Amino acid sequence: MSELDSVFDAHPVDAHLRADMLPHIWCPGCGIGIVLKAYIKALDKAEIPLEKRIMVSGIGCSGRACIYLNQDCYHSTHGRPIPFATGLKLANPDLNVSVISGDGDLFAIGGNHFIHAARRNMDLNVICINNFNYGMTGGQSGPTTPVDSKTITTPYGNIERPFNLPHLASSSGATYVARWTTLDVRRLRDSMAEALKKKGFTFIEVISPCPTGYGRPNRRGEPIDEMKQYQEIWDLREDNWIIQEGADPREADIRLNESIVVGVFADTDRPTFTDLYSQLDPVRKKKLKEIVREDERRVRE
Amino acid sequence: MTRPRVLTGTHFMHGDFAVAEGGLAAGCKFFAGYPITPATEVAERMAARLPEIGGVYIQMEDELGSMAAILGASCAGVRSMTSTSGPGFSLMQENIGLGAVLEVPCVVVDVQRGGPSTGLPTSVSQQDMMQAKWGSHGDYPIVAYSPASPQECFDIAIKAFNTAEKYRTPVLVMSDEVVGHMTERVTIPEESAIKIVDRKLYEGDPDKYLPYRPDEDLIPPMALAGDGCKVHMTGLIHDEGGRPSLTPETEDILVGRLLDKVVKHAEAIMEYEEIGTEDADVIVVAYGITGRIANRAVELARKEGIKAGLVRLITVWPFPVDYIRKLSENVKTILVPEINYGQIVLEVERVVGGRATVEQVTYVPGTLPDPDSMLKRIREAVK
Repeated sequence: MSELDSVFDAHPVDAHLRADMLPHIWCPGCGIGIVLKAYIKALDKAEIPLEKRIMVSGIGCSGRACIYLNQDCYHSTHGRPIPFATGLKLANPDLNVSVISGDGDLFAIGGNHFIHAARRNMDLNVICINNFNYGMTGGQSGPTTPVDSKTITTPYGNIERPFNLPHLASSSGATYVARWTTLDVRRLRDSMAEALKKKGFTFIEVISPCPTGYGRPNRRGEPIDEMKQYQEIWDLREDNWIIQEGADPREADIRLNESIVVGVFADTDRPTFTDLYSQLDPVRKKKLKEIVREDERRVRE
Repeated sequence: MTRPRVLTGTHFMHGDFAVAEGGLAAGCKFFAGYPITPATEVAERMAARLPEIGGVYIQMEDELGSMAAILGASCAGVRSMTSTSGPGFSLMQENIGLGAVLEVPCVVVDVQRGGPSTGLPTSVSQQDMMQAKWGSHGDYPIVAYSPASPQECFDIAIKAFNTAEKYRTPVLVMSDEVVGHMTERVTIPEESAIKIVDRKLYEGDPDKYLPYRPDEDLIPPMALAGDGCKVHMTGLIHDEGGRPSLTPETEDILVGRLLDKVVKHAEAIMEYEEIGTEDADVIVVAYGITGRIANRAVELARKEGIKAGLVRLITVWPFPVDYIRKLSENVKTILVPEINYGQIVLEVERVVGGRATVEQVTYVPGTLPDPDSMLKRIREAVK
C-alpha cells in the first residue's frame, strides 16, 4: 500500500455515490461533477435526511448525474423531469425533490414545464447546469448559447439570442433565483443549501465548462485553459467577478467575451401550490380567497 | 357537504364522469390532465371530486407534462390517472413508453375522436387502437380495455387500476366520444364490494433493494420514493439494480421480461364477451361502442334465422390470439366492424391466418354505425 492509499482511502462523498457506476461518463474538464459534489454537500448542510432526498433528472450529460447518486433517483425523459418531479412532490409533500438537468433539457424541450412549475410555485429545487450547448449529442447550439458562439450546428456563429435564465425564472414566479459558476464551489454549495431548505420553486443556474462541445469550437483550448479563459474573459476570479446580492435579473444577460453577473437575484416567499391546495375546501371557500389576496399583495410589494 | 369516495347507488351518469368515478372507487388519488374534447369531462369530474376525498388534481401545461406527472406520483405510491383524446394521446406516448420501461402503474383514458391530427374533435372514432399498442417507440407491453357503456366505463376503470397495479404497467382505457358523452344508468356498488388489488411492495432490507429483480411472476416488487431503498429508475436499458447497461444482452433480458410479463399473465388479463359463438357461421369481432351495436345486429340476424355470433372484446390488448384462432376453425366468416379504416381487423387477419374469411367493415370516423348496416353485412356473409 502506498502512502497515498493510506491517506486517501475514501473520497469524502463516497457514501453518497454509487461506486459500482464509476467511472462516470463525463469528459475531463467537465463541470458537472463539481455541481454534483456541491449538491451532495448542500444536502448534508441543509440536513435533509437521506430517505427524503429525491433527485429527478432529464436527458443529456447533466441528466446523468442521477445515475451516480446513492439515493432515490429518477432519470426521466428528455425535458420532462419537472412534471415528473411535480407528480412526485404532490403525491408525497414530505419529500425534498430536486431536479438537476442541463440547459437544453430544462429550457428548450422542457421550457414550458419550467415556466409553469415556477408560475404555480411548485415546491421543487431546480438546478440547471448551463454549459451553453448540447454536450451529449456532440456540441449543438441550444437555448442558452451566447450570440456569435460557434457550435457544430452554428458553424458561422450563433444568431439566436439566448435566454437570460435568472430573468426568466424570476419573472415566471420562482421564489429563489441564483447564478453561480463551477469556479465558485463554496458559494454554490451554500446557495444550494439555502434553496433546499426554502419552500417554493427555487432555481439555481450553474455556469459550467464543456471543453469538448463548447470549448473546442470556441477556441477555449484544453480543459484547464478553458477554465482559465472563463476566469480571464468573464472576469470570474474571486476578486474580480461581479457578485451582486439582489441584482436585477434583467441585467443578467450572458454575452460572449463579456463578464457575467452571478449572485442571488431573488429570495422571496409566497404560498406554494401545495399550501394553497391544502386550503381548498369544497365547503369553505373564503379562506382560500384571503390567502390568494395576501399572495397577490406580496407579489405587488 | 362533500361526497364520499365511492358514490354507492344508482346514477344517471355521463360516460366520462363514470370513468372518473371508477378511478376514484379504485383508489385513484392523483389526476394530472389537460383539457381536450371529448375527454375534458373526466378532468372536470376529477377537479371537483379529488379535493373532496383528500386527493390531488392538477391541470398541467400539456399532455407531455400530464403523463410525466402521473408517473412521478405513482413512484411515490399514489394511484394515478390521466385522460385525453387523440392529439393529447399522441403527446402522451413519450412517457407511456417511460412508464412501461420503469414499470410504473398508472391509468390513461383515451376518449377517441376522429383523426388524424386535430381531425374531428367532437365526433366518434376508434382510430387510436393501433397507436394504443405501438404508439411509443420501441417494444413494450401494453394493456388496453375498451368500454361500451358508461357502466362499463366505471367497471373498467377499476379493472384498469387493478391490472396496472398488479402487473406494474401503464394501462389504457380506450373509450370513445359516443361512450364518453353518453348518459345512462350507472350502478355503483358498496365500497366493500369493490375489489382492489395493490401493487407488490418491497419489504426486504432497504440496503439490498434491486429495483428490477423480478419474482417468479416476472414482476419486481416496488419500493416507493422516500422508503429509504435508494431507488434507481432510468429510461435507459438497465439491469436488475436499475443501473444503465447499454448492451444487447441487457436489452434482451429487460425488454424480453417486460413483454413476457404480459404474455405470461395474458389469460388472466384478457376479457371478452361471447354471444352465440357455439354454432355460428358468421361471427362479428368488435369492441367498444361498435361491439355494443354489433350486439343488436347479431340479435336481429338470429331472429332471421342466421347463425350469427358476437365476440365483444373488453380487452383489446393483449389480443386473444389463441381464442380467435380456435374460433376461426369452425366459422365461415369473421366480420370486423370498426370506426376507422381497418386496424384491429389486421390483427384478426393475422391470427386467423386464412382459416376463415375475414372481412373489414369500415365505418367512417364521425359516423355511428347503425345495426341495420351491420345486419346487411351479416346477411351478405352467409349468402
